[in-house]
Amino acid sequence: MLFFRKKHKVEEASASQLPVVEGPGYDDIPETKEGYDEERKVIVRLVGKRPEKKYQVTGIDDVASKNNWKAWLYLAPVIILLSVFSLYPLINTIFISITKNYSYIDGYGTGLTLDNFAIVLGLKSFVNQAGEMGRETNFVKFAIPNTLVITFVTVPLSIFLALIIAVALNSIKWFQKFLQTVFFLPYVTNGIAIGMVFAVIFDRQGIINNLFGVSVNWIQNAERWTAMIPLCIFIVWNSIPFKILILLSGLQGVDKQYYQAAQIDSASKGKVLRKITVPLLSPQILYLMITGFIGAFKEYNSIISIFGAPSTAGSGGASTEKNLLTVVYYVYDILENDSTTKIQYGAAGAVLLFAVILLFTLFQSKVSKKRVHY
Amino acid sequence: MAKEYINFSSEKMGPQITLSIKESGRTVEMIKRGEKIAKIISTTFTYIFILALALLVIFPFYWMIITSLKSLDEITGMSTGGYQTYFPQIVMWSNYVYVFQKFDFTTYMSNTIVVAIFSTLGTLLTTVFAAFAFARLNFKGRETVFMVFLMTMMIPGEMMVLSNYITVASFGWIDSENQTLIQAYACMIVPFWVSVFYIYLLRQNFKQIPNELYLAAKVDGKSDWHYLWKVMVPLCSPTLISITILKFMGTWNSYMWPQLVCKNEAYQLISNGLRGSSFTNADTGITEYGYRMAATVLVTVPLFLLFVFFRKYIMKGVGRAGIKG
Repeated sequence: MLFFRKKHKVEEASASQLPVVEGPGYDDIPETKEGYDEERKVIVRLVGKRPEKKYQVTGIDDVASKNNWKAWLYLAPVIILLSVFSLYPLINTIFISITKNYSYIDGYGTGLTLDNFAIVLGLKSFVNQAGEMGRETNFVKFAIPNTLVITFVTVPLSIFLALIIAVALNSIKWFQKFLQTVFFLPYVTNGIAIGMVFAVIFDRQGIINNLFGVSVNWIQNAERWTAMIPLCIFIVWNSIPFKILILLSGLQGVDKQYYQAAQIDSASKGKVLRKITVPLLSPQILYLMITGFIGAFKEYNSIISIFGAPSTAGSGGASTEKNLLTVVYYVYDILENDSTTKIQYGAAGAVLLFAVILLFTLFQSKVSKKRVHY
Repeated sequence: MAKEYINFSSEKMGPQITLSIKESGRTVEMIKRGEKIAKIISTTFTYIFILALALLVIFPFYWMIITSLKSLDEITGMSTGGYQTYFPQIVMWSNYVYVFQKFDFTTYMSNTIVVAIFSTLGTLLTTVFAAFAFARLNFKGRETVFMVFLMTMMIPGEMMVLSNYITVASFGWIDSENQTLIQAYACMIVPFWVSVFYIYLLRQNFKQIPNELYLAAKVDGKSDWHYLWKVMVPLCSPTLISITILKFMGTWNSYMWPQLVCKNEAYQLISNGLRGSSFTNADTGITEYGYRMAATVLVTVPLFLLFVFFRKYIMKGVGRAGIKG
């Protein structure tokens, strides 16, 4: 009933060329006088029902819809490479980490288990192929504490320093561009190369011991926590440029009016920094903190570049205590030295790292929706 | 005492009126001058502070260069009474000669350049194609595929290394005894042909190109393929340059993966060569720091040159990407 009534109305209102639908009850519709609005609504609905043209001249939608296969062709290389080198590894690593007695040669194990995680976390001892019991201590004893120390020392320190430098850089007039370039230099270096320079600087006969009149072993045969000092200094030095770049671009976007208002209120510089600059930069700082944490969890490159091996004793072979392992370095170390026997522990370590990073990334995307605008 | 805010310093009214606030006993002029002095002092302090930090930042580079020109005796303090010198007593250019003669600098360098060129070219191609598909073509499941792509960005590269090692080994590219140079190159190039982040970056850039250009190209009877290479790619060349440079830098810096997959030292990249054992004196076991630093300088200088010439692109790319390579 309703359908016909609408048709009828349109015919009256717009005198269009719509075919008159003959049907029962057509003449039974009472003439209604509901006013102009009612009629217009009906017309709009009808226009909406007009069949869309298959091919339009403008817009990109139509070109695409007839070229479906072409799009997939364009995407094919990426999809193939991504599935082979990103998605498959993800699944495979998780698979290896939960496989019992994974064999590196044929890629299968004897069943599923969570023991690998327990062994890596030091909760369980393992039995190797020779039937000997052993404990996998490197992860808990070295990898986790080292990673945590690196993370919680370098990230806040480098953000703090970068903030001060960025504010100072923003406030000066002469040589601003030049100094900005200087502070960016550590970024455009070969990490390995410059780490070795730090090894020379912190050498036993090096300039640091010389300046402070001490003879501490910072690198070779150093105590584990002493070795952390040059390591953290290097990481901070290396990570500051990126942070300055982000903070400086944030600062340049800040409205000058806030500072003028502060000047009228004769606020001190420290107060301006604490009450205006830092709050306004909070999106950038948050972003840097989260990317910084993720980056620090993955730290291993700086250890290679300064120490050359995951140990302050140098690469003395299997017997040396690997007291400078980090989580990622633990995985690499297994790949390099024990890929045939311990690969499932490496996989378990990698999965644990992935879980932590995933948590941080999700946290970031959640928070950034609310606060970060970049 | 009555507070006197306006001090008529002269009997004649007019321009001689000076405003003074008696409580602090200073005239406006004095306050202005004081502020000026304070500003000069604070600017000076800012400069001192920032220059000191800049020196700290540059110091490793300086130390790298002077150490590369020192003899081993001077580096260890043997010839200087245990003290470090801030300038080499005898400038040892021979350190550099050694690097070219004994250390296989050219081999490592050519490996690095070949790997960098081919992985960059591959990345550029896949990135352009994928970004084009996402930005200009409309197909079923586009948004879903794009979301999946973005999600792979969350997987840390370090996690994939373990499985990728097994994968390239199953391709037969890792053969401990007789791995060929081509296989080693394939290991170092092929897995790095895709970067989702660059696809994302370029897609955003492609989307900014107005539709009218596309329609104009269509009117001229050009195909999508033509449009992509003659219009879109040239328009987005700054982004592509950024991608190229960052990718090059990534190869320049990569260490762990070449170390794992190259079974022959002669196939490895420059970072591996630097860290390797070429600089350890076989007889005494002492590292020849002078030689090593000379090689370090030679590796660092090209990057610096790149930075000097492409500063804008690098800083822009880094600002958006925040990653190397």
